[in-house]
Amino acid sequence: MSVATEALAPADEAGIVEAVREAAASRTPLAIEGHGSKRGMLRPVQAGRTLSTAGLTGITLHKPAELVLSARAGTPVAEIEAALARHNQMLAAEPPDFSVLSGHDRPATLGGMVAASLSGPRRIAASGALRDQVLGLRAVTGRAEVIRSGGRVHKNVTGLDLCKLLAGSHGTLGVLTEITLKLAPRPEAGLTLAVGVADLAAGVAALSTGLGSPFGVTGAALLPRGMAELGLSGPTALLRLEDMAQFLPHRAGRLRQDLAGFGAVTLVEGEASQALWRAVRDARPLQAAPEDAVWRLSVKPSAGPAVARRLEEAFGARMLLDWGGGLVWAAGPATDAAHAAVMAAAQAAGGTFLLFRAPDSLRSAVPVLPEEPPALAGIAARVKAAMDPEGLLNPGRLRG
Amino acid sequence: MIDLPKPNPAVLARRGEILAALHALVPDGPFGQGVIGDPHRLRAYETDGLSAYRQPPLAVVLPATTEEVAAVLRYCHQNGIRVIPRGAGTSLSGGALPLADAVVVGMMRMNRILEVNTADRYAVVEAGVTNIGITQAVSAEGFFYAPDPSSQLACMIGGNVMMNSGGAHCLKYGVTAGNLLGVKFVTIEGEVVEIGGQYLDAAGYDWLGLITGSEGQLGMVTEVTVRILRAAEGARAMLAAFRANEVAGQAVDAIIASGIIPVALEFMDRPAIHACEAFAQAGYPLDAEAMLIIEVEGSTEEQDTLLARLKEICARFDPISLRVAETPEESLAIWKGRKGAFGAVGRISPDYLCMDGTIPTGELPHVLRRIGEMSDSYGLLVANIFHAGDGNLHPLIMFDANDPESFRKAETFGADILKLCVEVGGCLTGEHGVGVEKRDLMPVQFTAAELAQQRRIKSAFDPQWLLNPAKVFPLEGNPALAPAA
Repeated sequence: MSVATEALAPADEAGIVEAVREAAASRTPLAIEGHGSKRGMLRPVQAGRTLSTAGLTGITLHKPAELVLSARAGTPVAEIEAALARHNQMLAAEPPDFSVLSGHDRPATLGGMVAASLSGPRRIAASGALRDQVLGLRAVTGRAEVIRSGGRVHKNVTGLDLCKLLAGSHGTLGVLTEITLKLAPRPEAGLTLAVGVADLAAGVAALSTGLGSPFGVTGAALLPRGMAELGLSGPTALLRLEDMAQFLPHRAGRLRQDLAGFGAVTLVEGEASQALWRAVRDARPLQAAPEDAVWRLSVKPSAGPAVARRLEEAFGARMLLDWGGGLVWAAGPATDAAHAAVMAAAQAAGGTFLLFRAPDSLRSAVPVLPEEPPALAGIAARVKAAMDPEGLLNPGRLRG
Repeated sequence: MIDLPKPNPAVLARRGEILAALHALVPDGPFGQGVIGDPHRLRAYETDGLSAYRQPPLAVVLPATTEEVAAVLRYCHQNGIRVIPRGAGTSLSGGALPLADAVVVGMMRMNRILEVNTADRYAVVEAGVTNIGITQAVSAEGFFYAPDPSSQLACMIGGNVMMNSGGAHCLKYGVTAGNLLGVKFVTIEGEVVEIGGQYLDAAGYDWLGLITGSEGQLGMVTEVTVRILRAAEGARAMLAAFRANEVAGQAVDAIIASGIIPVALEFMDRPAIHACEAFAQAGYPLDAEAMLIIEVEGSTEEQDTLLARLKEICARFDPISLRVAETPEESLAIWKGRKGAFGAVGRISPDYLCMDGTIPTGELPHVLRRIGEMSDSYGLLVANIFHAGDGNLHPLIMFDANDPESFRKAETFGADILKLCVEVGGCLTGEHGVGVEKRDLMPVQFTAAELAQQRRIKSAFDPQWLLNPAKVFPLEGNPALAPAA
């Protein structure tokens, strides 16, 4: 049950500290969110009160020549992306916009993006992970203390890296209040090679060929059912090249030769190519129905096709493969049986899974992430106690 | 000199028994002893790349398998014995400095490459494989392992993980943390845990990210799964020399703002240029105040285009000279001086401290001016080498180790530089780690609450503070680590 009856939205970090202190005094656990765009992810939070960072807004530092930006946690991601676009820069992790997948239009905030540590198609490129782009942050712990980790410089190994620990902790260890990110220049141009492949195994082999080439592939996805709008009905591998415009024809030509054995290659350019990758980024090809569950599995790329086959056989999953075939998005009926199939497939492939979205009945009843081995579970409990001894922050979000 | 915790007399008294117990856990192998207890041989382990500090350990143990590492840690945990993890001992911050009552666990016998998979772009290696060894194992197929610390011929991947090592090319390819998929991790209790694997982004808390750069505070790593990348078609460098540090700094800003991310962007100040030129005869312009080495990657045509554009940008800043390598050989010549920089400074002064702060790149002219003033007031020479793209500054402070006063001044000068780095918005260490060297400066960068929070995380992994104690966190206020009287 998520029964957040009361919502607090302080205007500044001091207000967040005060709210956590009050929660400790009254022993009232808090659901932590920005605008709640990821409320449906993982497990429902068991809290009587919501603490929102939506009131903490604004870009506090942008140094284009240093590739650095800081903003308060409640700043909408779209606002940051617009500010960066004016300087031909971007968030290198290409973070997804899940409003379509989640069926709502609540804006994603910087804090939520980092707390969920979600990276898009560019994850496959060098240093493409969102968490690797978090240079520094400020957070309020469950002890109602403000801590900083990292800073505003690109290279920093001073002390334990709590940025990594907090990025992806889904608000269970601290309330993020301000974040500093490493930026990337926006490539001058981009294009996509779409390859009609025989099957998923051939598709992943085509993606591996591209990722193993020296041409700088920055996106490598596989659409099991093709793309009707491009006249591709079967499985289609997509490879993105981005760089200075004058470099692309040569690279595309060379890559096309390397891919010739896999099937017919179609060139997608300009806005059409960008739209394609936005769709992959936001998992639109899944076409998940509102009542469906959606899972995200990560395995080694060559294991992706076997995972997909298992899920298709188990519950007719609709899928999208990204990250060279290693990231498997799956949509299907929100049943225990389907979830068990996902868990088994991830385990058999030596990978990981996450229940991205499901009705409360399913997501409160099953493990939404893989169980940790006992030694690690013990460490996790002690780390949680170190950051949030009273268990105030997002209780139940990750594990029951 | 820095304080070290008081040795535990009960542990010192049991030395013979501990050596025998360790030997039972780690037998001798065909390539050498499992346990070293001979005082003469222990001296080989008394220091690391920060050779001003020396302390032979109680014993050195050289396990050959993860199971042996686990057995050693379990034994040390049960017996309250401190543990110092060690790779190749190249740490410049004293990260592998022993304690008199500690067992050094060295990874050099675990040096096998277990798997290379170019289709899935990873390699699984034991922690004692050298950094360059990974690239050598995959280069025939056109791949490489990206982070390239200058010690890469010697340093081991296990140490790279523990220090989150960088290198000259992380502007484009990121540091160690961004190039890992998984580790085999051994807790102080001797439990073996697989973290991550052969895939990206394990769900749940990012243990891999937390362990990376933890300087041996949380556990030991025995196997590492790294991402390997396909190498670019080629690379070439150019050299640009300017009349003032400010001007070179403006050129760096203009390059980054143009949207070009060079694969390396190195800055040298006048003393560094002179030292390197005297050593390597690389043809560096001796009339320049500052010099940039800029390297780009791609096909030959792409290199031509990028270098032409960079030349155009640099030309806007009234350069003294601009030299674009036409061939890979000319490129090597440009790099020759920079790569020999440490040796070059060593020729001017037999002893130097290599500092490692990071600053916002826009602060470079101000910081170099202040370092120059400090150099005058301390009466010690300093040469500055700077990874300009990412703000990582390496001042080399020259001193005379035979003169204790000179060493003391050099240490104070270094501390002042690092405080300055923090003051302008940077940090104490960009890639060398805190170790013992910068341990007591941590309160300059962190509040008491922040340090307490980091210590609690350490305690969650290692409640008795047996793992690499006396590093990273100041001893003050930590009863487990009372200083020696």
